[in-house]
Amino acid sequence: MVKPQVAGAVTANARVDRTSAIELVDVAKEYTVHGEVVHAVKGVSLDIAEGEFFSLLGPSGCGKTTTMRMIAGFEDPTRGVVRLYGQDVTDVPPNRRDVNMVFQSYALFPHMNVWENVAFGLKRRKVAAQEIKTRVGEILEVVGLTGREKRRPREMSGGQQQRVALARALVNRPRALLLDEPLGALDLKLRHTMQIELKRIQREVGITFVYVTHDQSEALTMSDRIAVMNDGVVEQLAGPREIYEQPATAFVAGFIGTSNLINGTVSAVDGAHAVLSLGSDDRILIPSGSAPGQGEAAVITVRPEKITIARQRRDQEVSQVRGTVSEVVYLGTYNSYVVTLDGGAEVTVFEQNAMDGTSTAERGDSVWLSWRPQHSYALRGA
Amino acid sequence: MTTVARKAGTGRGRLGDRLLHAYTWLIIVWLSTPIAVMILFGFNDRKSRSNTSWQGFTLEWYRRLFEIDGLTQALINSLLIAVAATVLTTVIGTLLGLALGRYRFRGRGISNFLIFTAISTPELVMGASLLSLFVSGNLQRGHATIVIAHVLFALAFVTVTVRARVVGLDPSLEEAARDLGASTWDTFRLVTLPAIMPGVVAGGLLAFALSIDDYVVTSFVNGSTSTFPLWIVGSVKVGIPPQVNVMGTLIFALGAALAIVNAVASRRKA
Ligand SMILES: Nc1ncnc2c1ncn2[C@@H]1O[C@H](COP(=O)(O)OP(=O)(O)OP(=O)(O)O)[C@@H](O)[C@H]1O
Ligand SMILES: [Mg+2]
Repeated sequence: MVKPQVAGAVTANARVDRTSAIELVDVAKEYTVHGEVVHAVKGVSLDIAEGEFFSLLGPSGCGKTTTMRMIAGFEDPTRGVVRLYGQDVTDVPPNRRDVNMVFQSYALFPHMNVWENVAFGLKRRKVAAQEIKTRVGEILEVVGLTGREKRRPREMSGGQQQRVALARALVNRPRALLLDEPLGALDLKLRHTMQIELKRIQREVGITFVYVTHDQSEALTMSDRIAVMNDGVVEQLAGPREIYEQPATAFVAGFIGTSNLINGTVSAVDGAHAVLSLGSDDRILIPSGSAPGQGEAAVITVRPEKITIARQRRDQEVSQVRGTVSEVVYLGTYNSYVVTLDGGAEVTVFEQNAMDGTSTAERGDSVWLSWRPQHSYALRGA
Repeated sequence: MTTVARKAGTGRGRLGDRLLHAYTWLIIVWLSTPIAVMILFGFNDRKSRSNTSWQGFTLEWYRRLFEIDGLTQALINSLLIAVAATVLTTVIGTLLGLALGRYRFRGRGISNFLIFTAISTPELVMGASLLSLFVSGNLQRGHATIVIAHVLFALAFVTVTVRARVVGLDPSLEEAARDLGASTWDTFRLVTLPAIMPGVVAGGLLAFALSIDDYVVTSFVNGSTSTFPLWIVGSVKVGIPPQVNVMGTLIFALGAALAIVNAVASRRKA
């Protein structure tokens, strides 16, 4: 079992000897719609490293696209500074920013064939014809479209169009590639294939990727770091493991995967742990570093797969709570239980399927749930 | 719709199918009869001054096409005016269509309303008011005033066809061009214009067609200049010579050819 702290440590180290590719300093964007001010982005600060696969993750309308469009230069920030490689580009138009964007709708030029689409950027830069030829050929090879040069966009499948859009951006060797939900229009199977493709291409070309998505599993599997956004602000910025294991806020905990939130009061703080009491025998141990002080209210989160479900109380230094099974769902490789705690809170538990396919408890059974102290996280601002 | 009816295979479906066919053919015949008559009478070996009853086939009128000086001059005038009006209308109308389709600006509502008005104003009213405008402005009436008048009434049609294209245009196309390093002008030239081209061409063809056969407005502002339609109306009383049919046929053939080229080109491009 990898300790969750490790991921955080790695990111912290990586930050020491790195070049900053994209920097946003307290960037905000307001729109006025029918006389009303809409705060699309409310002050976002990011520092994206060269070569990083960086994701902006969040629900619809949280400001991901707006943030990305300010990096590309399509929106002027209401306040704040955008820097590319240390250079202030806040007032530089998009055609003179050394980043390229892959649009959600692909935005391929319908009257040009694949080759003309891909060569568009190089021609605008007055690259020599011979070099254009080699570079377009190379990049079409990378995205696996050699031999399709003469096709028009509408004569291609969604996945192929997506790769043309990618090639059209990558062929310019931008310092960063911005991708706005590039796989949104694809079906699930193609999505997975393209996720692997994208990762491979990013490794091959070594370009910084800024990736917008509202699909948490996509962000978790592909990213080096993720900024989880909600309502115009970044709620948490960390590596995927840290985001998953140590959600900083109730929003992040709820948005990423399934998560249980439990309310209580800190009844004691000893050396290593704080104790959250819920009822007579129930107690939850929290690593004291993250816990609030004695007597204070706290909300903790724990992931369903970290919880062990059992008939008996275990006599160990672990979090233990009692409840009644209110639902059991068989999900193939695992069972999902919903357990109602004596205090009223509902907790979801995932249990790996046993060899014989039986489940530990049935509906209505009284059970004990337990998990290790390090799997409880007290949420910030709760 | 017809295939659905056929698939259903019910009696009523088949009857509806047949009715639809009959109706379609009826419309086609109805629309093309006048054109067919016009073409046919260009080959009529007429003996009297009137060209209203069939008297035998001849190619004489094609050979003697430019024998009537007044008619020839009127046709030349019409073609010159139509070309000038089409070019002007297409350029101005495209710019208007772009602005109205894309930007929200003060006066946008009024402009949209004016365009609708321009389409719906009776030609008589437009002709009369243009005449008083030109007279009070002390403008010499002739080619220029006709072109101005034609631009005015055809403008709305080009604007509307172009605006429809602009509204349907994915804004991220232009952003993609900018993103790839294209200047504002390159973006327009290489991405926007090709995308709205079908609308521009359709509008231009419409403008040409409206200009070449306009009678009402032209008759107010022509001064002493004659055009093809004016000349024909003037000769109704003394009998329209078959050369008019021949010229009409040729103009129709040109228009049909252009329409076919446009259709083929846009199908190939699309
Ligand atoms: N041009 C605009 N004018 C007015 N409001 C806008 C504009 N663009 C975005 N907004 C508003 O700003 C907020 C953020 O929008 P944005 O497009 O950045 O969201 P998003 O995170 O990309 O969402 P999605 O996942 O649905 O694409 C939304 O409330 C949206 O309504
Ligand atoms: Mg978006």
